[in-house]
Amino acid sequence: MELTTVWFALIAILWMGYFALEGFDFGVGILMPFLARSDVERRVLINTIGPVWDGNEVWLLVAGGATFAAFPEWYATLFSGFYLPLLLILLALIVRGVAFEYRAKHDTDRWRAGWDQAIFWGSLVPAVLWGVAFGNILRGVPIDAEGEYVGGFFNLLNAYALLGGVMTLLLFMAHGAMFIALKTEGNLRREARSWAGRLGSGAAVAAVAFLAWTQVSTGNVASAALFVLAAASLVGGLVAIDQFREGWGFVGTFVAIALGVAGLFVALFPDVMPTSLAGGMDLTTTNAAATAYTLKVMTIVAVVFTPLVLAYQTWTYWVFRKRLGIKDIPVLVTPSS
Amino acid sequence: MDVLDIARWQFGITTVYHFLFVPITIGLSAIIAGYQTAWYRTGNEQWLRLTKFFGKLFLINFALGVVTGIVQEFQFGMNWSDYSRFVGDVFGAPLAVEGLLAFFLESTFLGLWIFGWDRLPRRAHLASIWLVHIGTLFSSYFILAANSFMQHPVGYAYNPETGRAEMTDFWAVMFNKVQLVTFPHVVLAAYMTGAGFVVGVALWHLVRRSHGDEDRSLYHRAVRTGAAVALVAGIGVAVSGDFQGKVMTEVQPMKMAAAEALYDTTDSAPFSLFHIGSLDGTEEKFSITIPKLLSYLGTGSFDGRVEGINDLRAKYRAEYGQDPGATYYSPDDYTPIIPLTYWTFRIMIGLGLLASFLAALILWVTRGGRTPTRSVWVWVAVAMPLLPLFANSFGWIFTEMGRQPWAVFGLMTTAQGVSPGVSVFEALVSLIALTAVYFVLAVVELRLILRYAAAGAQPVDHPTDADDPERPLAFAY
Repeated sequence: MELTTVWFALIAILWMGYFALEGFDFGVGILMPFLARSDVERRVLINTIGPVWDGNEVWLLVAGGATFAAFPEWYATLFSGFYLPLLLILLALIVRGVAFEYRAKHDTDRWRAGWDQAIFWGSLVPAVLWGVAFGNILRGVPIDAEGEYVGGFFNLLNAYALLGGVMTLLLFMAHGAMFIALKTEGNLRREARSWAGRLGSGAAVAAVAFLAWTQVSTGNVASAALFVLAAASLVGGLVAIDQFREGWGFVGTFVAIALGVAGLFVALFPDVMPTSLAGGMDLTTTNAAATAYTLKVMTIVAVVFTPLVLAYQTWTYWVFRKRLGIKDIPVLVTPSS
Repeated sequence: MDVLDIARWQFGITTVYHFLFVPITIGLSAIIAGYQTAWYRTGNEQWLRLTKFFGKLFLINFALGVVTGIVQEFQFGMNWSDYSRFVGDVFGAPLAVEGLLAFFLESTFLGLWIFGWDRLPRRAHLASIWLVHIGTLFSSYFILAANSFMQHPVGYAYNPETGRAEMTDFWAVMFNKVQLVTFPHVVLAAYMTGAGFVVGVALWHLVRRSHGDEDRSLYHRAVRTGAAVALVAGIGVAVSGDFQGKVMTEVQPMKMAAAEALYDTTDSAPFSLFHIGSLDGTEEKFSITIPKLLSYLGTGSFDGRVEGINDLRAKYRAEYGQDPGATYYSPDDYTPIIPLTYWTFRIMIGLGLLASFLAALILWVTRGGRTPTRSVWVWVAVAMPLLPLFANSFGWIFTEMGRQPWAVFGLMTTAQGVSPGVSVFEALVSLIALTAVYFVLAVVELRLILRYAAAGAQPVDHPTDADDPERPLAFAY
């Protein structure tokens, strides 16, 4: 296989990992105001993702860095082209990350309420915008003959991409509900289970619509197979959660997201960012790629270190495998000001 | 204002801001790991209290370091797309490797350290904080290798067909001679910053005696260990900086000349202490100098030849064409803004030297268990975290502004690197939004740091139900 294809696949894997992992912590952040009835319950939810959200977010940073290194043209056109949505995502990730760390550092209702807003919006905005962004990448955007995005902001708001945004939002919320059902006990667990069922059904409808649309416009046999497997996995997760099997429920949404993303990348290949302009330039794995030498160096680094990263990240989830309940949350101790 | 100006301001603001948190993260993680190791080895509870006390402050600082770091990676593509296209083949690799090797390590093991006090064996928990620190060092190494390529491009070939710089030798990029002197300089400065932070907080408590006798010895330990690290690191910063000056004189003579406001090529060049130049920056009006010192710093010989700005400008014009930076540097093409490079260089050195001197003084007045009492030491405590912190900022402003008009020295000017497709409106929204959010977060962060620092090291909690599986978490958000 050509190294450009290998790197296309590796970047696909990084996005699969990013959405399957940070997807649930976005979901937890969005569901917090709906599921938690008290401050202690809110803290239970935050602490289910406390030790892992930052590690999940690194998947995005590595996906970005890998795109920069392996497909500089793609990185340059995508990031400068999707300027305002990416700025919104950045702002969201900034306030959200700080919110997790600072929320319990000061003991007033106003302080907590502010950070709760940051967690909610900071999770919601990227959950929607990533779907919109990927919708636009697949659909094709105005890229001129120089490889420059010339579409402006409103061009990104089209029905197909917005449907993508609805899909990622519902999928991540369902995924987050599955995670909460798996990681908490008592009231939260029961509530999350029922939310997971409802959100999962909604996500299934949106996903089928979006993936079918994708399949019709740019799909191939392999993408069709992946979309079907993703849908089957989502349905499997919904069946499992209905029978109170939260572990399998979570696996269901996890695999559904990962396979769905895989299918999208397969449908995109060999383009990385097709143009919608006649006479424009399609960015492909070939014309957007770095040199064979750079790809070779990067491949060696990735082959050596990715298994190590996967091993210790998996181990973290094992260390923090215990379910959390309100009795686990210690009394808040902050310095008196 | 055009997109270029806005993008430059954004890069400057976000990078200097990001680098307020980064050196504290690097330095403090090492010191905390040291404290925890001391506790692990001796069982002395004071070390544990220091670990937890500075651990809390570390996390407040780390949060902002992480989130502002995301902006750094995104804005190359957002604001500097032509730069990214041109150097991505070389520059992207260290960034990707940084993510894979450093960011995963830092974030995962920090999560384990924060939440793992009661979940991990003591040894594994200790290893976690060391791995966080090692992650910060990896991160520094790769990002500085990327920056060193901008200062002194090596290990690449220009491909006229693709119109970009392409990597030919990864190891040359990793072991760039600029990198080999920059990495120790930056990391040692970070140790100094972390140590300055520890000294500042602990000295404040020690002098104000806001505690019993038991805690006096605890803060005394922190002051002594912090000051020792600050002094040793400070000496290392000076030595590595000296090496850096020589490499800089060789590969970026214009930056050195600009740092010194040395207009004409000079043998036995003096080191300038104070300087006022003419407004157009072409000649000097008044200056105070130390004879021959610049030649020594730049070349290792008191009689060495140091090239001057005017001669270099003529040389660069001949070598690179007429006027690459004309859009904003005319008529000083190929020349950075001299007063800026001159003063930032001096302020960097001055603040660093002052911090080292104060660290030595603090070691002296706290020798043999002595405690300084005069209120002037409270001001020293306030100064200790700030001096190295701002020295870092001035150092970066110097080294980045001193490279102008180049983004990649000799290959691409900053003006050529900016995104052609981004509008002034978009760039301005980004600059304003990020600056506003950063400002608010800085206020929030500073207040939290001050509040938690003022609260002091807390007594160790000895839960009576330590073996009860139903006990609450040792730490929770």
